[in-house]
Amino acid sequence: MTEPLHPSPAEYTWPERGHRRLIGKRISRVDGPAKVSGKATYTYDVHRPGMLYGKILRSPYAHARIKSIDTSAAEKMPGVKAVHVIQGPGTEIFWAGDEIVAVAAVDEPTAEDAIRSIRVEYEILPHLVIDTDPQRAGDLAKPTAEEVVGDPDAAFQQAEVIVEGEYGLPVITHCCLESHGLVAEWEDEENLLVHISTQAVSSIPNQMARPLGIPAGNIRVKMDHIGGGFGSKFSPDRWGIVAARLSKMAGGRPVKIMLERDAELMVAGARPSAYGRVKVGAKKDGTLLAWESTSWGTGGMGGGGRPPLPYIFEIPNQRKQHTAIMNHIGSARAWRAPNHPQACLLTMAALEDLAAELGMDPLDFFLKNIALTGRRAEIYRQELQIAADLIGWKKHWHPRGDRSRGPIKRGLGLAIHTWGGRGHASNCDLTIHPDGSVEIKLASQDLGTGTRTGITIVAAETLGLPMDRIKVMIGDSRYPPSGPSGGSTTIGGVSSATRRAALDALDQLFAKVAPALNARPEDLEAVQGRIGVKGDPSRSMSWEQACARLGGMPLTVRGRNPGPGHLTGSGVGGVQMADVSVDVETGVVKINKMVAVQDCGLIIDMKTAESQCYGAMIMGIGYALYEEKIMDQLTGRMLNPNMEFYKLAGLGDVGELIVHMMTGPGYDERGVIGLGEPPVISPGAAISNAVANAIGVRVPYLPLTPDRVLEALHKKGGHHATH
Amino acid sequence: MRPIEYASPRTKEQAVRLLASTWGETEVLAGGTDLLSLLKDDVVTPRRLINIKEIDELRGIAFDPRKGLRLGALVTIEELLDDPRVRQHYPALAEAAEGIRSPQIRNMGTVAGDLCQRPRCWYFRAGFGLLARDAQGRSLVLHGDNRYHAILGNDGPAYFVSPSSLAPPLVAYQARVRLFGPGGAREMPVQAFFRIPQSEDEREHDLRPNEIVTEILVPPPQGEASATCEVRQREALDWPLATASVALKMDGDRVTAARVVMGHVAPTPWLSSEAAQALVGKTITDDVAQAAGEAAVRRAKSLGRNGYKIQLARVAVKRAILRAVQGGAR
Ligand SMILES: Cc1cc2nc3c(=O)[nH]c(=O)nc-3n(C[C@H](O)[C@H](O)[C@H](O)COP(=O)(O)OP(=O)(O)OC[C@H]3O[C@@H](n4cnc5c(N)ncnc54)[C@H](O)[C@@H]3O)c2cc1C
Repeated sequence: MTEPLHPSPAEYTWPERGHRRLIGKRISRVDGPAKVSGKATYTYDVHRPGMLYGKILRSPYAHARIKSIDTSAAEKMPGVKAVHVIQGPGTEIFWAGDEIVAVAAVDEPTAEDAIRSIRVEYEILPHLVIDTDPQRAGDLAKPTAEEVVGDPDAAFQQAEVIVEGEYGLPVITHCCLESHGLVAEWEDEENLLVHISTQAVSSIPNQMARPLGIPAGNIRVKMDHIGGGFGSKFSPDRWGIVAARLSKMAGGRPVKIMLERDAELMVAGARPSAYGRVKVGAKKDGTLLAWESTSWGTGGMGGGGRPPLPYIFEIPNQRKQHTAIMNHIGSARAWRAPNHPQACLLTMAALEDLAAELGMDPLDFFLKNIALTGRRAEIYRQELQIAADLIGWKKHWHPRGDRSRGPIKRGLGLAIHTWGGRGHASNCDLTIHPDGSVEIKLASQDLGTGTRTGITIVAAETLGLPMDRIKVMIGDSRYPPSGPSGGSTTIGGVSSATRRAALDALDQLFAKVAPALNARPEDLEAVQGRIGVKGDPSRSMSWEQACARLGGMPLTVRGRNPGPGHLTGSGVGGVQMADVSVDVETGVVKINKMVAVQDCGLIIDMKTAESQCYGAMIMGIGYALYEEKIMDQLTGRMLNPNMEFYKLAGLGDVGELIVHMMTGPGYDERGVIGLGEPPVISPGAAISNAVANAIGVRVPYLPLTPDRVLEALHKKGGHHATH
Repeated sequence: MRPIEYASPRTKEQAVRLLASTWGETEVLAGGTDLLSLLKDDVVTPRRLINIKEIDELRGIAFDPRKGLRLGALVTIEELLDDPRVRQHYPALAEAAEGIRSPQIRNMGTVAGDLCQRPRCWYFRAGFGLLARDAQGRSLVLHGDNRYHAILGNDGPAYFVSPSSLAPPLVAYQARVRLFGPGGAREMPVQAFFRIPQSEDEREHDLRPNEIVTEILVPPPQGEASATCEVRQREALDWPLATASVALKMDGDRVTAARVVMGHVAPTPWLSSEAAQALVGKTITDDVAQAAGEAAVRRAKSLGRNGYKIQLARVAVKRAILRAVQGGAR
């Protein structure tokens, strides 16, 4: 491996506008055919010779102490190869579904029978599983100190219009369509091979090493494709360690544990809830003056998150206080843009209510206060205008309450959001073989976002080759380490590492071929499958002829993304608008249309970027209208750990979706910025605002189910005004 | 592995001989769209399954303008939906079948299976029994989360809602269900086939453990105006929150007889004589339909979290009536 020639990160740049052959074009994902034909292998599809199936006995109680465990019947059962007590007598259990005992058996039914034969006695302890306000949560409530900015009391005195409201959204689950799980096998006494559905190929070995007592280098982690993670798949999880232990107990035979759907929904990820009482004040002309909020939320024993309030709008005078409430549900995990969807709803809904009270169009109201959004004010201003055009805001918007006849009321709503998305640390090895073939290896993972495609585009663009000449190998911890895919950091990390590796490799190749072209290396360029002298088409050779000059040895260059530089950036702005219809006799909300206008710096692949926004809007419609982890305070259990009552949006439910990506001057030069999270932040708020605009009253809590919509209408008093 | 015997008889006589005479021992397997979930979740734990799909005489749709419609037990929901005679003469039935939004379920699920499917009450499905009681005998539904539970016929001890979407239109058309058991065949109105279980060892159907449903018989069309209206949150596969099917006999503009049946609101399909009374002798207008909706839910009561369903049932009835006379206007 040779050291790069480029001395400082500042020298690495993206090709100028007009010189981009592939970057920013609408390119289909390279693994699309494998996915649609069923050839792509997911962890679920991994079948290893002699593989055993692991199953887990879970606690039926939300809070209990284990008194005794009897596994003798399971151990005697034919076909059972290992029984492992995960949490023994005396252990306190904090949520229903927590892991107690695991078994590995020759097939799933045998493993299930073994689980059924295990007897556990519990001492049942009091639990709290539902969202309840801090007063009723007792010791489980952990209030934080009040924070004050400016002089809120004086500002509320000055304010000519003040609104106060309550808003909130419940705990939801990640509901990965491919559940969490893995296949673990010992290749010998010391070496473990793990196929796992993960967002963090490079960091899983380290997380498994300590509990298993072997060096991280002895653990090899692989993953080709993943069926969703959304922030819930960074750890091997307790069941991952357990699978490795069961495999060891069974003489190294591969053990597969994939969570059943109910376990996936009960224990493998919860997005914390957030509720808040919010007061905002403004002058009559709409100038925002003051904010006050008391917020709280739950999210398992960790107490949930803390939404950044007020969101985006830096209102000059603020008073805010948040209380985290611990409760007995499966732990919270990062859910696509942690804390932001919550903060967005609590803020944008309060601001929309204020606009309604002021008698102002919320679009004008947001524009009026746009300076409070700080350094992205100009981005938001442009985006608001584009979104307004795309949804026909000025034509369709009406003051609160659609006054047309009949039960179907239509409304428009908007919200804005932000996110960081700085590229993570990432390394890759780019190899040019003497036969001209190119391969890139890195221990990254493609979460379905198009990582492979992005890497291919960057390498092909830089090397002047068609995309099909580049082979990208990811999803193996033996490759150069690359960061976990969280925080929308992957595209920045991998595209920058790839760009650097490809530029450095070209430098070395140019040095080899320059003499033959009678030129200096710095005068050469790689375009259209040839290497030649810039501005002199007569002096060039084909890519293959050039690579042949490498001699017998392939050329390998390590590309590193060390962090900030000209290639990556951070901090995006996005605007979304929703057009909804509400049946005021049934409370059923339908999405007519949604518009997402999004910035993410320099776009590598327009198509996969747009896909992120489409997917995020669909997911957002899901949590706005349907999703809720319904917990039963009586039994302590989740009532809807299935896809029947844990409802996701279907195609017929999402309406028309329109995406507009911001590109060109002011955007491209900020470098590559991640996009996975930002577009999922606004839908809840935009849809809630649209519903308020349609029916003339705020439905305080998501999801906007018929019972909640009807209740809000009832309180307003216009109870089924139309027959 | 817990063994299950699997039998695939060719005749209904063989089938009933293979069935045990007490519940829990054996289960009938038709399309399996419900039974397989029940088995996987350990809600039922039979030692033998009797697959009835090889019994040819349970198949087929027959229609005769003078004799009416005969649906074999094994007719799939998709076959029902695709049959132009059903759509023409029994639109409320076709519309109800449309509401079962998954093509996969419609292709596998059978009409008798739709009538015999078990309630979706989340306490029942989690293993707390049909009457959903905890160890102290307390009703989990009354003390727990009852947002999807019954608003009518909910005086106990059962609080689940009848899950069948096909039953309400069948009741509206006065269909009969034919059963076969060791003692031969018997027949009853679909309405009588459903009942509210009084104890944990009863089921929600008037079906003996060793009987099977063989066919459903719908009387000849009598020129009724009929329709079904569902309130469902999603377009994608989703359980209705309330449905209503109506069949109105008309003399010119005037209703001479009416059958108004609600689904997903009570432990059985709910035939509302109050709603019928509100219609007979009237000409259908928005106000009349609204009044019938009100009448239909006059005896409804909330269990705590399901009060909104009263409004949904009221609207479903109103809209079904308007749709029946206006030919799908709403
Ligand atoms: C997610 C989901 C959503 C659904 N939504 C709806 C809906 O909106 N409306 C609706 O009506 N249905 C709905 N269904 C239910 C579906 O229609 C039923 O599962 C189906 O009709 C059952 O038919 P089957 O032949 O598959 O029955 P099986 O699963 O084979 O059997 C179901 C039950 O009926 C018994 N049984 C079946 N046939 C007979 C017979 N001939 N004699 C005696 N007993 C018999 C079985 O023993 C078993 O107890 C939904 C199902 C799912 C999974």
